[in-house]
Amino acid sequence: MKTITYREGVVQAMADAMEEDESVFLFGEDVAEAGGPFKLSEGLLERFGPRRVRDTPISEQAIIGMAIGASLSGLRPIAEIMFADFAGVCFDGIVNELAKYRYMTGGQVNVPATIRLGNGAGAGFAAQHSQSVENWFLNVPGLKIAVPATPADAYGLLRAAIRDPDPVLVFEHKHLFNHKGEVDDTPHVVELGRAEIVRAGNDVTLVATQLMRHRAVEAAEILAGEGVEIEIIDPRTLVPLDIDTVAESLDRTNRLVIAQECTHDGSWGASIVSRLMRDRFESFDAPALLVGGDETPIPYAGGLEDLWIPSAERIADGVRRTLAY
Amino acid sequence: MSPKTQSARPATVPLEEQLNWQRAMLEIRFFEEECHRLFARGLVRGSTHLAAGQEAVNVGACRALRVTDTMAGTYRGHAAVLAKGAPLDRSFGEILGKADGLCHGKGGSMHLTDMSVGAIGSFAIIGAHLPIILGTAYAEQYKGSDGISLCFFGDGSTNIGSFHESMNMASVWKLPAIFLCENNLYGEFSPIAHTTPIEQLVDRAASYGMPGVRIDGMDIGVVHATVTEAVARARAGEGPTFIEAMTYRYKGHSRSDPGAYRPEGELDVWLERDPLLAHERVLVEAGVEQSVLDEMRATAEQTVNEALERAMSWDDPATEARLEDVLA
Repeated sequence: MKTITYREGVVQAMADAMEEDESVFLFGEDVAEAGGPFKLSEGLLERFGPRRVRDTPISEQAIIGMAIGASLSGLRPIAEIMFADFAGVCFDGIVNELAKYRYMTGGQVNVPATIRLGNGAGAGFAAQHSQSVENWFLNVPGLKIAVPATPADAYGLLRAAIRDPDPVLVFEHKHLFNHKGEVDDTPHVVELGRAEIVRAGNDVTLVATQLMRHRAVEAAEILAGEGVEIEIIDPRTLVPLDIDTVAESLDRTNRLVIAQECTHDGSWGASIVSRLMRDRFESFDAPALLVGGDETPIPYAGGLEDLWIPSAERIADGVRRTLAY
Repeated sequence: MSPKTQSARPATVPLEEQLNWQRAMLEIRFFEEECHRLFARGLVRGSTHLAAGQEAVNVGACRALRVTDTMAGTYRGHAAVLAKGAPLDRSFGEILGKADGLCHGKGGSMHLTDMSVGAIGSFAIIGAHLPIILGTAYAEQYKGSDGISLCFFGDGSTNIGSFHESMNMASVWKLPAIFLCENNLYGEFSPIAHTTPIEQLVDRAASYGMPGVRIDGMDIGVVHATVTEAVARARAGEGPTFIEAMTYRYKGHSRSDPGAYRPEGELDVWLERDPLLAHERVLVEAGVEQSVLDEMRATAEQTVNEALERAMSWDDPATEARLEDVLA
């Protein structure tokens, strides 16, 4: 085992994928010469050359189009969208072309494109550079969505995404780039659609992704001190979703809390609750609870942003409330 | 390649090939007329956008490409996809929503696609495919091949954002691409003068550092020669070209549109410039007997009718088919 950062997991995943498969290449804004605005592609240009690591103009629609066209032609493109909020600029390309291409051509094409996006709040980048936007794409059949929280998953899910024959959106959380974690000496692919049971417990099922997963772990410590043992599940992939792992946990704990870095409506957490209400109604001893951000865009001032993002204490409080029912 | 209003027509295209052009244009014209009738009879759902009148642009351009070169077009794409080599019956089949249509009934008139002949898609979002051909063109460079990508789009598309991103990036990366604008003077119901501050769309090319040329899109010889030149540039690594082909659609924007916004007499002027009649005159001047051309016309009509009959006899998709092909 070795310890690496989330950032290093991303870089290594792309390097290993490019080493293994000549058809893999990366492009985006400042990914080549500068090694990426967040250094997520550091060293790749030097190692693989300008054909395989390319800087684009500030042109998100062109970036997504490139990814689509290249993957139709048998290549495996990795496109970087610097801030996930910018997906608004290329929303058409993602939802109307990338997602629908295979279906509306009657299966004539595979579109093995990987789109990486810089997700999430916590660094004071304000409203247009801080949103976690994966929920924008939940209603779009034809896409897969990965949300790694750890260096091992940042590596493993990205490798899986690149290998996947379908379009995959990989959301990399900006506040986790320096986060350290253990990986195998030879890190491996993490299959899409498999949740991780981060912590076992019998009192409450807590589902959380990315930054919220780490805050859930902190909340678990707080709660353990109060005699409450929560089970933390990180779905790691929102589409396809490993609902079975969550359902099995709910069957044992009978109480569900979701910690998500977004608002309530149209969220992946609300989707999980809805599915389990449909399929595991009898397993609920209390209403499911969503702990999320305020119903506002993300504010700039540090104190305000900190309040927007659910804290470990707020997550713990959600667990207490569901137990009090 | 400096902006000019007409390309020279080479004397070198073999007569056999020029006859093939005429055959293709005839089949497309009859195909579009059948589509028009099918809608009138209520046999086709949704809407359809016919390219009758624009055949010379689609056939002239596609016949300057290899089958392995890629072409993307718009929802007014029947002519382009047929010109690229898609079969008549499966094209009808898709428009009729049949299981054996090109896209197995999943796409319809606006999304005709035949990857086997390099017709990589027809798109219903204006300008959406222009960024996509950046990727197909880049892939050719990446793989070290001399293949190229061509996209058709209308005059209205030159006002949408993806046009600008695509023209810019194709130029700065010197991609082997051709941007072929079919200027038929109207974006949906709006005359171009109401939406566009310049009269010659070719003027936009220079602002992207891209050679541009404006041509008579009703003259198939000129279209073919111009695209041939652009193809050669692209294959030689000299980068993309913008071509503005002046043309006209004989039907309205879509099935429900009778085109009443067109000034009186305008349609008649363009009907006199029918590309099929124009090329027929060229062939006669080249020594082809009128009887040969008449027979070609009759055969084309029969071929199209037979293809339609076949397609109409096919089954509808199975109900489970609606759940297929979301993911690989």
